[in-house]
Amino acid sequence: MNKYITAYYTDENDLIKGVKQIREKGHNILDVFTPFPVHGLDVALGMRRSRLTRVAFGGGAVGAIVGFGFQAWVFTKAYPLNFGGKPYLSVPSFIPVTFELAVLLAAFSMVIAFFIHFKLGPGAKTVVYDERCTDDRFLVLIDAENAEADEVKKIEKALSDAGAEGITYKE
Amino acid sequence: MQVLKVSLTKNRNISVMENNTFTLTKKLITICVAMIAVGIIAIAIGFATGVSGTRIVANLHLNNYYFVGMGLIGLFFVAVHAIAESGWQVSMQRIGEAMSVFIPVGGLLMLLVFLFGGMHALFEWTHEDHLDAILLKKVAFLNQPFFYIRFVVYFSGWILLAHLIRKTSRKLDLNGDVHYFNQLRKFSAIYVVFLAITSSTSAWDWLMSIDAHWFSTLYGWYVLSSMLVSGFSMIVIILFILKRMGYMSHVNNEHIHDMGKYMFGLSIFWAYLWFSQYMLIWYANIPEETIYFYERIKYFDTVFYLNLILNFAIPFLLLMARNSKRVFWILIPVAVVIFIGHWLDLYQLIMPGVVGQAEAGIGIVEIGTTIGYLGLFMLVVFYGLTKSSLVPKNHPFYKESLEYHTNY
Repeated sequence: MNKYITAYYTDENDLIKGVKQIREKGHNILDVFTPFPVHGLDVALGMRRSRLTRVAFGGGAVGAIVGFGFQAWVFTKAYPLNFGGKPYLSVPSFIPVTFELAVLLAAFSMVIAFFIHFKLGPGAKTVVYDERCTDDRFLVLIDAENAEADEVKKIEKALSDAGAEGITYKE
Repeated sequence: MQVLKVSLTKNRNISVMENNTFTLTKKLITICVAMIAVGIIAIAIGFATGVSGTRIVANLHLNNYYFVGMGLIGLFFVAVHAIAESGWQVSMQRIGEAMSVFIPVGGLLMLLVFLFGGMHALFEWTHEDHLDAILLKKVAFLNQPFFYIRFVVYFSGWILLAHLIRKTSRKLDLNGDVHYFNQLRKFSAIYVVFLAITSSTSAWDWLMSIDAHWFSTLYGWYVLSSMLVSGFSMIVIILFILKRMGYMSHVNNEHIHDMGKYMFGLSIFWAYLWFSQYMLIWYANIPEETIYFYERIKYFDTVFYLNLILNFAIPFLLLMARNSKRVFWILIPVAVVIFIGHWLDLYQLIMPGVVGQAEAGIGIVEIGTTIGYLGLFMLVVFYGLTKSSLVPKNHPFYKESLEYHTNY
């Protein structure tokens, strides 16, 4: 993305009001950068509920099946050992490892899915749209990749109407 | 403190819902009394059809313990959130306070069962003339005078603190003085510490000493976790009944969601403790320890496995999704399942030791008595609800509770 418009707010309540106004005028907000989590911002931005929980469930299920299956295979087929006269396939002793692996894979799958979806992680290039959003400002980012000159004007007008400050257009 | 005072003056007397005083109607009293009558008739039928006295006493003991536990957790719900200075629970904390009214009633019933023949039927260690070598070593703790002293200490502490917390909460409601808020926190802190110790020791006294030869260091927590889940489920059930009757309209999905999280999380916590106790005994395989589970798996296998399905598998699978925690039509069936499940949990803690596999069973006596106790419990809770406004409108966190919002 080479062309974009940024503007900032200094207060989170103004931000939520402003975001609602801008969206009512039909302009699509790409992202908002905030110094702390703002309650109700996801609703104001019209964002869908996160689907990360489904990834977590899948990862957890895979972890549980792999954990249990691997132990069952090792202790019955690959290397059967007798522990205290217990049967080879003794389910209670498999539960801790099954549980741990389910938790581990659920957590890993969430982190990896998050990194992939937001193009983050080791080696990812960090784009700072406005240096002030790294400190105490609430930065609104609007995509202007395919916008004509008059549309950029319109967006800038909408932003200043909605009380945003420091409106900048970058190419 | 300054912030708190500002918050108090700002958020006082904000507009409240129309139905903020609970009236105990004739219809409700009739239903509750009818349920109690069912219980008494069931016991009478039990005696008439030759059900052994031991089984009836064990059954009364089970229900006494179960519903006293609910009262304790109702108060715990108020106390633990008061200490944490959380706000969301304020809208429904009256339910917890009303549940704590049952503690003295349950205590009295428990005392009556112990005094009139219950001790010898329930506890093997009370037969002082024929104790074996193991029980003789335990006489310093397991003797009747000390048992009654502990009984009095537990109940006087619980009743006193419940009274103080309810009184302070009512005073806070009157004028919203920050002094009462701090007092409430002080009493709550004392109660939580007191309950932390007494919940374990009372579980040893009233449940673990049934199988006096056996012991488990995890037992107190295990029973406490069972009490926690069933108590929180009971709060949800009472909330649902009140909402159906047209009260508590200020309690919305956000609050219900958090109660669902409690039921979900505590069910997992219960399963964790169950497994921690079971696996160590199974793995070590020492005869004097495994005999406890041997009895239960061999002769009480249905209850033993049903216990795990009802208390872990069903809440875990049904309450896992976010949306299922936010609707009553899933939450209430799960709460009822948990109510039945933890009754069965107590059943398999008490019955194998007291009654034995030959006589034990779940019949008219067991079901009827539980209905009777539920009626009595409900009657007491409804009576407790009439004592103060359903809406704690002067509580410093009431407004926060109304505006509470939870995402996941």
